[in-house]
Amino acid sequence: MTETFYEVLRRQGITRRSFLKFCSLTAASLGLGPAFVGKFAHAMETKPRIPVLWLHGLECTCCTESFIRSANPLAKDVILSMISLDYDDTIMAAAGHHAEAILDEIIKEYKGKYILACEGNPPLNQDGMSCILGGKPYLEQLKKVAEHSMAIISWGSCASWGCVQAAKPNPTHAVPIHKVIHDKPIIKVPGCPPIPEVMTAVVAYIVTFGKLPELDRQGRPKMFYSQRIHDKCYRRPHFDAGQFVESWDDEGARKGYCLYKMGCKGPTTYNACSTIRWNEGTSFPIQAGHGCIGCSEDAFWDKGSWYARLTDIKQFGIESNADKVGATVAGVVGAATVAHMAVSAVKRAQQKGEQE
Amino acid sequence: MSIKTTPNGYTLDDTGRRVVIDPVTRIEGHMRCEVNVDENNIIRNAVSTGTMWRGLEVILKGRDPRDAWAFVERICGVCTGCHALASVRAVEDALGIQIPPNAHLIREMMAKTLQVHDHVVHFYHLHALDWVNPINALKADPKATSILQQTVSPHHPLSSSGYFRDIQNRIKKFVESGQLGPFKNGYWDNSAYRLSPEADLMGVTHYLEALDLQKEFVKVHTVFGGKNPHPNYLVGGVPCAINMDGDLAAGAPLNMERLMFVKARIQEMIDFNKNVYVPDVIAIASFYKNQLWGGGIGAKSIMDYGGCPKVYGDKSTDQLPGGVILNDNWDEILPVDPRDPEQVQEFVTHSWYKYPDESAGLHPWDGITEANYELGPDTRGTRTNIEEIDEDAKYSWIKAPRWRGHAVEVGPLSRYVLAYAQDVGYVKEQVHRSLGMFNQLAGTNVDAKTALQSTIGRTLARALESEYASDMMMDDWHQLIANIKAGDSNTANMEKWDPSTWPKEAKGVGTVCAPRGALGHWIRIKDGKIDNYQAVVPTTWNGSPRDPKGNIGAFEASLMNTPVERADEPVEILRTLHSFDPCLACSTHVMSEDGEELATVKVR
Repeated sequence: MTETFYEVLRRQGITRRSFLKFCSLTAASLGLGPAFVGKFAHAMETKPRIPVLWLHGLECTCCTESFIRSANPLAKDVILSMISLDYDDTIMAAAGHHAEAILDEIIKEYKGKYILACEGNPPLNQDGMSCILGGKPYLEQLKKVAEHSMAIISWGSCASWGCVQAAKPNPTHAVPIHKVIHDKPIIKVPGCPPIPEVMTAVVAYIVTFGKLPELDRQGRPKMFYSQRIHDKCYRRPHFDAGQFVESWDDEGARKGYCLYKMGCKGPTTYNACSTIRWNEGTSFPIQAGHGCIGCSEDAFWDKGSWYARLTDIKQFGIESNADKVGATVAGVVGAATVAHMAVSAVKRAQQKGEQE
Repeated sequence: MSIKTTPNGYTLDDTGRRVVIDPVTRIEGHMRCEVNVDENNIIRNAVSTGTMWRGLEVILKGRDPRDAWAFVERICGVCTGCHALASVRAVEDALGIQIPPNAHLIREMMAKTLQVHDHVVHFYHLHALDWVNPINALKADPKATSILQQTVSPHHPLSSSGYFRDIQNRIKKFVESGQLGPFKNGYWDNSAYRLSPEADLMGVTHYLEALDLQKEFVKVHTVFGGKNPHPNYLVGGVPCAINMDGDLAAGAPLNMERLMFVKARIQEMIDFNKNVYVPDVIAIASFYKNQLWGGGIGAKSIMDYGGCPKVYGDKSTDQLPGGVILNDNWDEILPVDPRDPEQVQEFVTHSWYKYPDESAGLHPWDGITEANYELGPDTRGTRTNIEEIDEDAKYSWIKAPRWRGHAVEVGPLSRYVLAYAQDVGYVKEQVHRSLGMFNQLAGTNVDAKTALQSTIGRTLARALESEYASDMMMDDWHQLIANIKAGDSNTANMEKWDPSTWPKEAKGVGTVCAPRGALGHWIRIKDGKIDNYQAVVPTTWNGSPRDPKGNIGAFEASLMNTPVERADEPVEILRTLHSFDPCLACSTHVMSEDGEELATVKVR
C-alpha cells in the first residue's frame, strides 16, 4: 500500500495548517514566490513517496555525509516523509542478498518511476573489479538499476565529473556516470561534496513539481550553479578595492581581505557557497580564511595548485553564466584576470573622482 | 577444505557451511565477508575482503606537498579531516615547520569534533540497528520508556512520555505506509534482537535525535575550515586568522562571535555524550549481558601511536598515550616508532598487489604497490562474478600491515586499553563508572578486562572516547582564549611556505588518533614535489587479510567462535564487524612510488 506525501504527513499527526506552513517555507527556500505554495501543496497531496535507490561506486561517502547535514528540510524528514530511500548501503538495515533483493523488487514494482541517486563512479580498469558489489563489478549494478529508472541524480564531483580518483593518471580508469549511461536524464549536482541544502532542495524540487529542475548546458541545476562564488562573495568589495591577503595570517587575512592572490578559485567556480553558505549558513571556505579550491568544477584536481594565482582564465562580467564560460573556456586568454582587476581599479578611481 | 591453526592462535575450519555477505552495509565503502559455520551455527572460519580500490597516492606523485591534504582528505568523507591533518603534519615534519600553539589547538578542536561526530553517527546510524529493533518499538509503553530514560539518564531533558509517544506515532505511521525505506528487509523477527520494546523505543528516538544534532556538531569545522564534510587545512598552521577587536573583525574568520559559537557547539557535544550516548550504550549492552564475545585480538594485541597532545611535538603530553601491548600482557607497554623500518610493515601475500618478494614486508617510506587482481584456484564463480572466494590465494584490496610481524587491533578500544594500562585517571574513572552501571543494570559482576575484550567493549570504548574528546575539546577552547588574552593571536608560520626554502630531499611522517584508530601518513619530498606518499590507515590494520605466516587480522579474529542465531540472517556478524566501524575507502586507496605503471596508458 502506498500513500501520498500529504497523507503520510497527516497520518503522522501533522496538521493541515503545519503542512501548508511547511509548503510555504519550502517554496521560499527554493526561491519561489507565494503563488507557488498552492501548487506545491497540491503536488504533495497527490503524490506517493518516490522510491530512491542510492548506489555507491568509488567514492568517499562525503555526499551521504553532506546529505544528512541538511537543516531545511531535515534529513530525517526527507527520509521519513518525502522520499522512500529503499536502498542506500551506508544506512540501510539489510545486508548481503537481503539488500540486493530490494533493488530487484523496486525495479520490478516501480519500473520507470524511481530515481537512481549515484554517489561515486564506476572504474573500468581491472575488469571493473576495483569496485565489487555482490561479487560483481559495480558497473553491472549501476547499469541494471539505471535501465528502468525515471532519472538519475549524479551526486557530487565523483558522479558528475570523476573527482579525485579520476585525477591524473586515474589508475582505476574511473569515469563519471554520464560516460556509461547515455539514455537517461542526468542531473549533476557537483561539489566535493555538494552543499547539504542544495542536495535536499534538488530532491524537494523534483518531489514537489514532479519534474526535473532546469539544467544548464553541463547538466547542473541552474538554480544553484548559475553564478560564480566570486560574484556574490562578501569579500568582493576588497577585490574591487585592491585589498588582498598577501601571506597567511597577515594583516589582510585578519581583516578578511580578498584571497585572490592566495590562489582562490572563486572567480572560476560555479556554486552557491557564497550565497547559501555551508551547514545551515554557518560559513563557507572563504569566510573561514582559505581560498576556494573549486571543488564543483570539472577536473579541479588537475588545474594547478590551490595556492597558484589564477592568471589564465578569461573573466566575465557578473551577469555572465555557466553556459558562456562553458562555450568559451576552451580558448583561455592570459592575463584577463589582471584586466578584471584593472577595470575594478578604474571604477574605483572614477567613484573616488565622483565623490570629490 | 581444511582445518589449520594460525600462528596467532586461531583454529580455522572451513569444512562447514559457507555464508556470504556482500555487500556488508552500514559501513563506509565496500566490503564482503564470508564465514564457515559448523552444525551448531558457530563461526569457525572468517574471511574479510576489501572490495574497492581507488589508487590515491599515485595521483599525488609529482604534486605540490602543500596541496596533498585536500587529495588525501578525499580518502574518506566520513572521517573527514583526519587524513588532511595527518598530511599537513607529515609535510611539516619533513620540512621542519613548527606550527603556532593556536594552530595546534584549533586543529585539535577540529579533530575532536570529528571524533565525537564520527562516533555518534557510527553508533546511532551505522551500528544501532544491530541492537535496536525499530519495529519492536511500536509495542512499547511510552510511559515506561520515559521511566527507563529517567533511570539511565536523569539529566536528559527530552524524557517525557508525550515525547516518546509522538516519536512512536511517527514511526508507526511510517511503518504502516508500507514504504519502509532504510528499515526494509531488516531482520526484525530475529530473536537475536534482545531489547525490551521500551528500550527499542528509546533507541530509535535517539537515532532521530542524533540525526538532528550531528549536523550541529560539525559546525565547529565550518567555522574553522569553512565547510563540512571536507573542511580546509593549511601547511604551517590554520587558515582561519584571529581578529578579536581590530578593524573589520566582523568579517574575519575568527572573532568573539565565532569563538562563542564554537563553544556552544562543544557544550552540545558534551551534553549529548553524557546524557544520551554513553548511557544508551550501557543500557543497551545490559540486555546483551551474556554476549561478551567478539574480542578477537582486540585488547590482546593492540597498537596506537598516541595522540591528543597538549603541546604538539611533546609526546609526554599525549592525553591518549600510545604504545603496543602483545598477547594480553597489560603490564608491558612496548614503545612504537612510525619511523623505524622494522616496526610498521605491509604485506601483500593475500592482497591484490604485487611485490618482488612477497614473503617480506615493506615500511611505508619504501612501499611499492602494483595492482594484481587475480583469484585463487578454489574460487567458486568467475573473475567478474565471485560466488565464494579462495582465501588461500589473494582475496582483498586491503594490504596486511603488521607491527614487528604481529597482527594488532587499532581503534578506540586499543586506545582505551593503552590508557587504562598506563593509568590515565580520566579513562580509568570512566571505565569503572560505566562498568558499575552495566553491572547494576544487568545484575552481573563483570570485570574491566572481560567487558572490554568483546564486541560490546569495543562499542563502549568508542562512546567513552567520544565523551573524553568533548571534555578535552572544551579545555582546548579555554586554552585558545587564554593564549589570545596573553597577546598571542598567531595562527600560521610562513617561514617555509616558499618551496625555495626547502631542502632538495626530505621525508616525514604524521600520525593522528583517527576515529577508527592509529592513522599514519608517510611522505617523501624531492625537488619541491611529492616523490612518494603512503597512508596506513586504521581499517587497513583491522580489516587486513592474512599475512605470509598465516596470521589473521582483527576483523577475521573477532568473528571466530561467535554463535549466530540464523545463518542466513547474520545480524551477529554485522554487529561485530560494525563494532570496528569499518572504513573501506580509507583502507584500500593504497598506492606507491611505482604505481604509475598501473594506469592503462596506450601510446601509439
